[in-house]
Amino acid sequence: MARDHRGIAESTDPVTRPHGGAAPDAALGNHPNGHSGPPWHYAPRSHQPGRSHPRRPGRREGHHHFRNIRRTSDARVLAGVCGGISRATGIDVTIVRIGAVLVSLAAGFPVLIYALAWLIVPLDEETSNIFSRALSDRRGIRLVISVVPVVIVTQFIVSALHIGFIGIISWPVFLAAGLTILIWRNASEHERVWIDQDLVPMLSVGSDGSSRWKLVLRAGAGVLLAAGGIMVLILGHTTTTALRPLGGALLVIAAIVVIFGPWWLTLARDLMSERQARALAEERAQMAAHVHDSVLQTLALIQRSADDPRHVVRLARAQERELRAWLFEGRAPGTISEDATTLSQGVGLLQRQVEADHGITVQVVLVGDCALTDGLRALLDAAREATVNAAKWSGAPQVSLYAEVEPAAVTLFVRDRGRGFDPAHVPGDRQGIAQSITARMVRHGGAAAIRSAPGEGAEVELTMPVPPVHAR
Amino acid sequence: MTAGGRPRIFLVEDHAVFRAGVRAELGDAVEVIGEADEVGAAIELINERLPDVVLLDVHLPGGGGQAVLQGVLPLHPEVQFLALSVSDAPEDVIAVIRAGARGYITKTISGGELLQAVYRVGAGDAVFSPRLAGFVLDAFSQLSATAGTRTTGLDPELDQLSPREREVLRLIARGYTYKEVARDLTISAKTVESHVSSVLRKLQLSTRHELTRWATDRRLI
Repeated sequence: MARDHRGIAESTDPVTRPHGGAAPDAALGNHPNGHSGPPWHYAPRSHQPGRSHPRRPGRREGHHHFRNIRRTSDARVLAGVCGGISRATGIDVTIVRIGAVLVSLAAGFPVLIYALAWLIVPLDEETSNIFSRALSDRRGIRLVISVVPVVIVTQFIVSALHIGFIGIISWPVFLAAGLTILIWRNASEHERVWIDQDLVPMLSVGSDGSSRWKLVLRAGAGVLLAAGGIMVLILGHTTTTALRPLGGALLVIAAIVVIFGPWWLTLARDLMSERQARALAEERAQMAAHVHDSVLQTLALIQRSADDPRHVVRLARAQERELRAWLFEGRAPGTISEDATTLSQGVGLLQRQVEADHGITVQVVLVGDCALTDGLRALLDAAREATVNAAKWSGAPQVSLYAEVEPAAVTLFVRDRGRGFDPAHVPGDRQGIAQSITARMVRHGGAAAIRSAPGEGAEVELTMPVPPVHAR
Repeated sequence: MTAGGRPRIFLVEDHAVFRAGVRAELGDAVEVIGEADEVGAAIELINERLPDVVLLDVHLPGGGGQAVLQGVLPLHPEVQFLALSVSDAPEDVIAVIRAGARGYITKTISGGELLQAVYRVGAGDAVFSPRLAGFVLDAFSQLSATAGTRTTGLDPELDQLSPREREVLRLIARGYTYKEVARDLTISAKTVESHVSSVLRKLQLSTRHELTRWATDRRLI
């Protein structure tokens, strides 16, 4: 991915110089448009290999006047070039902008100059310009070259129709459009975000392809414009002989399409696969980050606390729950909500908290699911009490929790295989718990039953009727 | 089971650490006659050595536990399979049971319980973990809810659980052992086993379309 090469000197591109800073200069000096006298034109200067440019590549001592020109990031409409000029010269930015637009309309040339400035002048807080990065972006350069045939085609049409005015405007504009490809592909992360989020939506209304009617609208507008253009051409040339050059132009266009078409297609396909590869790499990175954050960390913790089996079990269970939530329920790690809205979420929350607080395993089996009502929240509270009770007193390492949603009621069982007790002779401190469970259930219209015998574990049965609407 | 009384076990599992753990837990109570870590080798070795019980990981490279079942059972229906999984994903469990496994347990099961499950499957009985019982109850409650509106040739024998079967499954889902289920319902342990086997048969033969759809639906919720 060319984007990732930014700032790295390693490159296969023959244009790239060993010292990245010198390359833009030299290239610019040889550029045919470099002599039109804009502030970003520097006199061609011999390349000095030994010299280092620690800061601001592309700036020279001899041009004190312009060495501090930067594109502004705070006052920008497109690239911040006008803002930069205004800051360097002291002219009000609005005047600079109006001037730029007027000159562009008259000649077209300034559009290209603007694009070049975007490429070459660094942004405020950045030390390198886009151009130095673009040199290693071979695919981007190929894309720009692919624009050239389009320029030639337009020139043909224009010359065939004898409208030189459009010809003068069109070719710099097309070249500038080509350059924006390089700009977009090689802009810094910061600037890319700005382009993607603020500029692109502004320029391309409805091109996101999300809704079909927008597409239809765009296609319709295109057809209308084309039809209008053909009408104007035919009406403007009353005799068919005058249209003959147009036929020639069409032939040339066809030839260019035949020659360059396959190449354009491969280029488009390349770009597509590059995009897919990038998405895949991002996904993999995300995966690796998750595994590192959760699994590897937990494994490290487990190694450190190998002498405390209970703690190890607790860690392993917590990690297991998080992984399951991520793999099977699609929840991002760390985003498990502490607020449940369905019975399954509530039971899951209960399981997590009891396991974390008491170092036991809560095995959950759930049949059906429904939205939580006040009554069901009370049921979950009672279930939590019963589970904690079992964790504290039964001595069993595991508690089973089974909940079933039926049309008329939700039934929940909490069972342990611990030491058990005789319900008729419950010690005073545990009597309170049993009563509070029962009382809580009864208050909300439910019922509770506790079964146990010494040596046979205990089971708490909780039933809560639900209004028919909430049943599944 | 062989005359010696020790069931001959074959392990199909792609995690070497877990294979070693199972071997250690089962110890001398069984005879481990082979191991495989992928589908192709597993099918070949099982067909050659014919173990009593195959401990089968649901998630295997090369087609999953299902593929092993499909490669062995048509040739040697006498080999019993016990599925092992860490997965909670219902479609995996249901798929492997429907392909012919006699039981399903989670990998967090204790050594003693694992041994019991192996013996039970070896004797031709079905083994339901609480979680599998929950899955089945859920699946069949879905089926009976939609059965009334559908006319796609449902067989009520196969597509619905009897009240008794439902009771048995519910107790298993609550964490009861077969013995405890028998005592709670005042029936014999043998009767409990026959109920569970009958549920297993329904699970394997019931209208495929509905059950698979249930599994995928659950995944999407």
